[in-house]
Amino acid sequence: MKARAARAPAPVPAPALAPKGPTAPPAPAATPTVAPTIARARTGAAAVLLAPFFVLFTAVMVVPIGYAVWLSLFTEKQSGLGFGGTETVFTGLDNYLAALGDRAFREGFGVLLGYCLLYIPLLLAGALTLALLLDSALARARRFFQLALFLPHAVPGIIAALIWVYLYTPQLSPVVEAMESGGVGFDFFSPEGALPSVVNIALWEWLGYNMVIFYAALQAIDRSVLEAATVDGAGSWRTAFSIKLPLIRASLAMVALFTVIGSLQLFTEPLILDKGTGSAVTSTWTPNMYAYTAAFDRNDYGLAAAASVLLALTAALLSFAVTRLTGRRAHDRKEQHA
Amino acid sequence: MSATVTTPPPPRVTAPPAAAGAGTRRPPSRWLSRTAVNGALLLSAAYMLFPLVWLVTAATKDAGGLLAGNAFSFQGFDLGGNLTRLAAYGDGVYFRWYLNSLLYAGGGALACSLICVAAGYAFDKYDFRGKEKLFGAVLMGVLVPTTALALPMYLLASRTGIVNTYWAVLIPVLVNPFGVYLARVFSAGYIPDEALEAARIDGAGELRAFWSIGLRMVMPGFVTVFLFQFTAIWNNFFLPLVMLSDQRLFPLSLGLYAWNSNAHAEPDFYPLVVTGSLLAVVPLVVAFVSLQRHWKAGLTAGSVK
Repeated sequence: MKARAARAPAPVPAPALAPKGPTAPPAPAATPTVAPTIARARTGAAAVLLAPFFVLFTAVMVVPIGYAVWLSLFTEKQSGLGFGGTETVFTGLDNYLAALGDRAFREGFGVLLGYCLLYIPLLLAGALTLALLLDSALARARRFFQLALFLPHAVPGIIAALIWVYLYTPQLSPVVEAMESGGVGFDFFSPEGALPSVVNIALWEWLGYNMVIFYAALQAIDRSVLEAATVDGAGSWRTAFSIKLPLIRASLAMVALFTVIGSLQLFTEPLILDKGTGSAVTSTWTPNMYAYTAAFDRNDYGLAAAASVLLALTAALLSFAVTRLTGRRAHDRKEQHA
Repeated sequence: MSATVTTPPPPRVTAPPAAAGAGTRRPPSRWLSRTAVNGALLLSAAYMLFPLVWLVTAATKDAGGLLAGNAFSFQGFDLGGNLTRLAAYGDGVYFRWYLNSLLYAGGGALACSLICVAAGYAFDKYDFRGKEKLFGAVLMGVLVPTTALALPMYLLASRTGIVNTYWAVLIPVLVNPFGVYLARVFSAGYIPDEALEAARIDGAGELRAFWSIGLRMVMPGFVTVFLFQFTAIWNNFFLPLVMLSDQRLFPLSLGLYAWNSNAHAEPDFYPLVVTGSLLAVVPLVVAFVSLQRHWKAGLTAGSVK
């Protein structure tokens, strides 16, 4: 019973996504009051329940990361005159220099940058706009719209890409036909068309998903706050920008973070565009495609590992930047209010 | 709801910037904005649904009708023929892929959800040293770009000899750090500590309390984690692409990709790819339509906390 009394106030562990949660761990207070045997039983139970996850977590995340770093430091070389197969030689950072020195790899990052600059603002603005529209008092059939916009998430990325490639192909597509009869000719497979083509597929897949996240956050806003704004004379635009948006900042930050990480891994959609459509997309169009090609077409595992590590490092840096940026803005705001 | 009730009388007191003129202009402008809002939503819904509608109609076409382009006419209607050819091609390899996908996604998601819920429950209900640090490590895992791990995982799998087996695809999908995060939120929301205390007083061991009380109470959350993981595995492409070379082990995504690569040389594959894609999408669409409460709960828990 004592244990319960001590534990009662502890829950409500709204765990924040930021690595350093502001909630101070409520743990220490509880431990001493629990009798030793019970405490041991509970620690044991916690260990048993956590073990499967952490064993697998180590096996499929921690070890591969370490192994990738290890691999990236070695290169397979023909030994001697080429007899006796290959041997693996420690080459330090040579693989990294090789990757960074390769124009195709650098251009891959260029493509990725262009993709992020086009895709992320469109995704965030589009999803936010749709969520605000759906949240406004004027929207009808909310359940239908939520479902309809979310449904593309049920379509595997590979199938989404296949469908859109059909819809991009001039003789096959009712879209291209309609555009042409409307006087808008656009070649989705041309060098200028490649990026918009991929961005459109990604938007189709993720717009509704993120809209639902924003909509859920908007719905969670205390209605009395919105009523107060209306009473104070704020119109719906003003309410949306000055009240609703700041209040769902946390969701915005989270979606931005996940979108950045997802964007860096761009692979499936351009791969489909690359295969046999005559598109300007090449087999090393994105860094991920570069790593894949290096590993499985050229069997250069060291180079592929180095490319993967560089990509993961970029992801780590960017997620750090996004967390800091969104976190600091929230912080500034708080100080303004104080 | 209540906002609409209270709107009409007060705003004119402070003259909102939009309604500069008399109050008589309100009804038509409200009607206009209602049309604009719902029109915009309708347009975006059409954008989302159009490719799916195209997929349905295209799946009914034979190769000639499909390549002729008029996907929305009934010219060359041959859904039955497409399904027969789909079932017959390569000794029914398509349905083998279908079963594989069900196995990977069903088995993988079931085991993964159980693992996630157990871990999330432990993070929520127990206190131990270094808990928040450990949880921080889980959250870091959410941020790891998984495709960057596929190559080292492939090499590790070749060393351990599981490459090109069911395990090569099944084991990596058992881990979902975000699932642990969700499970912790759900555990806090669905399982009151009093229920566990009651079980303990009745003499249930800790693991027994988890299995028969905690797990049962958190079931809606379990379904949510399952649904998202099922979708992720069903849609997974990169991992099987790297791990599998034996066609008989392919999931649908990889099989359809292989067929699509053939289609450029042999147009007869086009109806197979399109019809196969349609059937591959059906289970998830059905799941999302029938389990709306659960995916909304997942996205809410992910966004609001």
